[in-house]
Amino acid sequence: MCDQTFLVNVFGSCDKCFKQRALRPVFKKSQQLNYCSICAEIMATDGLHENETLASLKSEAESLKGKLEEERAKLHDVELHQVAERVEALGQFVMKTRRTLKGHGNKVLCMDWCKDKRRIVSSSQDGKVIVWDSFTTNKEHAVTMPCTWVMACAYAPSGCAIACGGLDNKCSVYPLTFDKNENMAAKKKSVAMHTNYLSACSFTNSDMQILTASGDGTCALWDVESGQLLQSFHGHGADVLCLDLAPSETGNTFVSGGCDKKAMVWDMRSGQCVQAFETHESDINSVRYYPSGDAFASGSDDATCRLYDLRADREVAIYSKESIIFGASSVDFSLSGRLLFAGYNDYTINVWDVLKGSRVSILFGHENRVSTLRVSPDGTAFCSGSWDHTLRVRKTSFHFAV
Amino acid sequence: MAMAAGSTSLGGRPRVQRPHLSKMERVVVNMQDPDHGVKMRSQRLLITVIPHAVAGTDIVEWLVQKFCISEEEALHLGTLLAQHGYIYPLREPRGLALLPDETPYRFQTPYFWTSTLWPASELDYAIYLAKKNIQKQGALADYEKEQYTLLHKKINHSWDLVVMQAREQLRAAKQRRKGDRMVILCQEQTYWLVNRPPPGVSNVLEQGPERGSCTSRRVQMIQSSDFYKREIECFRKALGRNRVKSSICLEAHMNFSSQRGPHDPIMSGCLPSNPWITDDVAYWAMNAPIVVAPTKLRVERWGFSFRELLDDPMGRAHFMDFLQKEFSAENLSFWEACEELRFGGQSQVPILVDTVYQQFLAPGAAHWVNIDSRTMERTLEGLHQPHRYVLDAAQLHIYMLMKKDSYPRFLKSDMYKGLLAEAVIPLETKRRAFQFLWKPLHSSPSPALQLASGEPIAASSPADDQEA
Repeated sequence: MCDQTFLVNVFGSCDKCFKQRALRPVFKKSQQLNYCSICAEIMATDGLHENETLASLKSEAESLKGKLEEERAKLHDVELHQVAERVEALGQFVMKTRRTLKGHGNKVLCMDWCKDKRRIVSSSQDGKVIVWDSFTTNKEHAVTMPCTWVMACAYAPSGCAIACGGLDNKCSVYPLTFDKNENMAAKKKSVAMHTNYLSACSFTNSDMQILTASGDGTCALWDVESGQLLQSFHGHGADVLCLDLAPSETGNTFVSGGCDKKAMVWDMRSGQCVQAFETHESDINSVRYYPSGDAFASGSDDATCRLYDLRADREVAIYSKESIIFGASSVDFSLSGRLLFAGYNDYTINVWDVLKGSRVSILFGHENRVSTLRVSPDGTAFCSGSWDHTLRVRKTSFHFAV
Repeated sequence: MAMAAGSTSLGGRPRVQRPHLSKMERVVVNMQDPDHGVKMRSQRLLITVIPHAVAGTDIVEWLVQKFCISEEEALHLGTLLAQHGYIYPLREPRGLALLPDETPYRFQTPYFWTSTLWPASELDYAIYLAKKNIQKQGALADYEKEQYTLLHKKINHSWDLVVMQAREQLRAAKQRRKGDRMVILCQEQTYWLVNRPPPGVSNVLEQGPERGSCTSRRVQMIQSSDFYKREIECFRKALGRNRVKSSICLEAHMNFSSQRGPHDPIMSGCLPSNPWITDDVAYWAMNAPIVVAPTKLRVERWGFSFRELLDDPMGRAHFMDFLQKEFSAENLSFWEACEELRFGGQSQVPILVDTVYQQFLAPGAAHWVNIDSRTMERTLEGLHQPHRYVLDAAQLHIYMLMKKDSYPRFLKSDMYKGLLAEAVIPLETKRRAFQFLWKPLHSSPSPALQLASGEPIAASSPADDQEA
């Protein structure tokens, strides 16, 4: 059964009725077929029982959604900032830029840390993907992708490979080699194939599996070695823009956010959506789990960041300020989860006190929008990448309020 | 059943494009409020008087008051408003910057707002450049001349229209008062500075690759019955789930953050020092995956949760030692083997499943694990069709066994207490007094080099080649 159909101008023989017609691609269990509009519409209403119409299904969904909101509200007995009243307020932070990485000739779109806490991989609009030792600012590897807008990149847990992708609709894995005789591009492995741009990718616990999110509205889990699709995740009603794997101990779940304003939590094993949250007013650009795994934060074009608790099954905090007008592109927590760093499209980084809900600090310095932001694996610094072609690694010192 | 396809509209509400624009517009509208807005005055430019002008410094002050922000932030926000063309300088409209002084500004007319008149049409641009060209020879900047020539080539067939329109607009403008003429000129100029920025100025309207292309005019999404059925299923499941009271959940977050506070370098610093501050990598050396003497904070973390212990290679190694003393080490080995299966390559699945069976599950296996009979039965059955999740139930059982039983004993054991007592608290290294005595930063071998066995390790060069 298909869940989404798209209209595109292609003419040919319909895969169902074989007549020569204008065709549109249709997806049945991740397999693409080309149907003419009549067969596509028949398929859309396939599976309807008597007395059902699409309109009635839609209204049933709406009413269930309303009931769900009611149920969620029943157990909401206190607000986060009320609980946080007894926590000591944070004092002044000093966050200086300690490293500026220049070398991308164009907008930096994504970055990821290596587990060794100092290396990073970054990707940019012109197709360049660079691996840096950000501590020494040396560039260690560079590869040019055959496409522009490389919006996703990730470092493998072993530190021996990187993955990246963008407008090529694919996710490719490059093993990192220091052999001067070897061309990194030659060893490239095409792993994931989507039908629209790749927006995010992440290795799971090993180098052998990759999770991807795409503008085609789906997420997918792939086996790196064979490129085989292990599981696909359908349910977003529009482009999926971000994902994050849960640091949970037994389950394999991950959260994704998309242009349909929904944040969805998935079970990697079954492909099912286990929880969904829809309180943002615009595209969700970034999602990140709270370190305990019981909550996650999201950053959106509606200029707010929000905290969703998984056990309470609801949104529990909104981080916003009237003066913050531009969307948040990227969020990450400090190691203890007390601070939330968020990069915005107005070139700034705002630092939020997660518990009290207030803004602790605003950081200037970038000359164009901040597109990506990650705290280092040991929490000693954080790195932000921007459309001003640079990456900045900042450290923090914390001074108690006098 | 009628063709219900007709009732399938675009699922949900239409996507709001660029919400920040309408928010900016609200701000400038508030700024122009006669009672609570920015102080307006008339600005004299040579002999003409332009009404409804505001000073840059007043804009900044108003933003500070309205949003309770610092001057720096207010200036930044005001600059963004200028860069998006919502306010323009009266005197020197070549660049859109906000100067926090007596420089006069005016608010852009809504006709030229980005949300109203976007995308900018090539025809309009051609007319604008033509006007400029006609009015004063050589008034066009270099990049404008280039654009003009390009457009001339591109819309050559309509060029007569362009020139005619340009002349007509100039003629109409002459009939206006000088003040109005100047204002309209500034407004137009600002609009084009935003929509056709000069070289070197970034295009604030650039958004990146198109999103939600499924809701644009070209492409249409039809939500099928499957989509709604899946949603309904999701909602029904959600309604049936157990929820925890907010107070309990939020309390848990508070406890988590306060427990981890001392372990968070951003909150509490780190000893001996943060490498990014002092350029000294001792902290990383002391906290390497395998060390002889783990730090006290690290050993403490092993007591926070079972996952924390297992995630740390040293913690896991010590736990294995402990289990060996208790003759239950096969549990941890089994768990590790299951992890390898779950996250391993697809081609390895059959081999790994078989290995695990031989070593841990087969009757008389060398490291037989004690799983309850029902789980064992189900697992053995599942082995006939091995897949990467076939051992999940067994793995969970063993994991919980270790977590509820062995782990608490480990924490109470002399072994752990000993580790805690022996653990190191590094001395603080202050930042070097003479920071300008530059010495090359310690470069570490890349993890990728571990694969290159037998090859000489490439020495990283010191940090003196920062390419621009």
